[in-house]
Amino acid sequence: MTQIEIAEKIIPFLVEEFEIERELINPEANLRDTLQLDSLDYVDLVVVIESNFGFKVKQGDFQNLATFEDFYAYVQGKVNAQDEAANN
Amino acid sequence: MVNRVVITGIGIYSCIGKNLAETTQSLYQGKSGIILDAERKKYGYRSGLTGFVDSPNLKGVLDRRSRIMLPEQGEFAFVSTDEALKVAGIDQDFIDKSSIGILFGNDSSAQAVISANDIIREKGDTVMVGSGSVFQTMNSTVTMNLSTIFRLKGINFTVSAACSSGSHSIGLGYMFIKHGYQDCIICGGAQEINLYSMGNFDALGAFSIREDAPHKASRPFDRDRDGLVPSGGAATVILESLDHALRRGATILGEVIGYGFSSNGAHISNPTVDGPQKALEMAIEQSEIGVKEIDYINAHATSTPAGDASEAKAIFNVFGQPGPYVSSTKSMTGHECWMAGASEIVYSMLMMQNGFIAPNINFDNPDEDSAKLNILAETKETKIDCFLSNSFGFGGTNSSLIIKKWENK
Repeated sequence: MTQIEIAEKIIPFLVEEFEIERELINPEANLRDTLQLDSLDYVDLVVVIESNFGFKVKQGDFQNLATFEDFYAYVQGKVNAQDEAANN
Repeated sequence: MVNRVVITGIGIYSCIGKNLAETTQSLYQGKSGIILDAERKKYGYRSGLTGFVDSPNLKGVLDRRSRIMLPEQGEFAFVSTDEALKVAGIDQDFIDKSSIGILFGNDSSAQAVISANDIIREKGDTVMVGSGSVFQTMNSTVTMNLSTIFRLKGINFTVSAACSSGSHSIGLGYMFIKHGYQDCIICGGAQEINLYSMGNFDALGAFSIREDAPHKASRPFDRDRDGLVPSGGAATVILESLDHALRRGATILGEVIGYGFSSNGAHISNPTVDGPQKALEMAIEQSEIGVKEIDYINAHATSTPAGDASEAKAIFNVFGQPGPYVSSTKSMTGHECWMAGASEIVYSMLMMQNGFIAPNINFDNPDEDSAKLNILAETKETKIDCFLSNSFGFGGTNSSLIIKKWENK
């Protein structure tokens, strides 16, 4: 999947789960500030990702993700690794 | 230090009304809130009868974080508390400058527990329950959520005392204020109403199976009753010291003058006469009034033969004949369990404010014990200056509250 495809899939879930305006989400925006995430909300972010992409998120994986672009790249890496594993 | 304790706000979300106005009308009309729930039958309940009220839509009212931590009974309690605070004239600005407490009755959160464990079993991963689940599952869910939503800074805990939880919450609030530890406490009771909330209670065979006539099923004190009907919702009662209420210019609705309690010290579910009688006598003694001054008793009577008979004997032993008017609003609402002790204070307050006594509907024929009481089968327009409300629960926990009309003195 490309990052654009990842973003197109993720954004509706983020808008739904965190009840924010779609327009606020852009690749350079800060993930934590935009979604107004506190420590509890990261648990729900894990649920959103695991439910929709099928891979396990390890505790602490999200800690170094600053922007949405970083977030999409992280998901893309995991999805592609998952696809490769399935093809081997 | 001994303070007088007054009621300045009430709120209700029940199967006979989602606010005070609707509920007053239902009480006056003797309207039943009981339905037959086909889902319960499919799920394996012996009785599909239940009181029913829709969950409120709180999207746009509460933020996402607050909503995902609230179980059904927490949503009910938010609505009843919001209404009670408005009646009391207490806004967020006042709360932020005060040390208001919360004591709420709640004794289960079955749906949240079952839903969470269904997810864990299916996914094999605890994280998939999300961040709100743990705050929904605990017995203290109502107080932990409402204290966060309303930013309360006083006493904060849940009272779990089976079907007298709501009544004890008001009794404890009364004691905290009377003895000077708090100026103002949000008291009440909440009861979940979902499919999972009553399965194991249904297992005891204590529920009415008069499924062909749901409105006739709950018939406390009637000779032909066959069991209780479970129900739910939430009720809130705002207690304040008289000084605190006068200082802020609040409208005073009533005064709590007695709280009696006892434990049967006997069987876990079979009632006794002595236990309830002790609570009744303690409340009356504390209130320093004579039994003749009590105009109305809102009975605990749930529509079970043993429970109704024991309470009828206790009331007769204390009040004799002719005793005060008696009715059980459970004839309309069903048994609101953890909420009942608080909701029945709200129902009785509405009667006192509006000059009537709600009927004990379906009271067609008395039995030997109920024949000795002054039970009203029809609505009666009459002045209530003082009422008593009984609540009894599993484990033999008993609570009686006495409330007096406020007459500026």
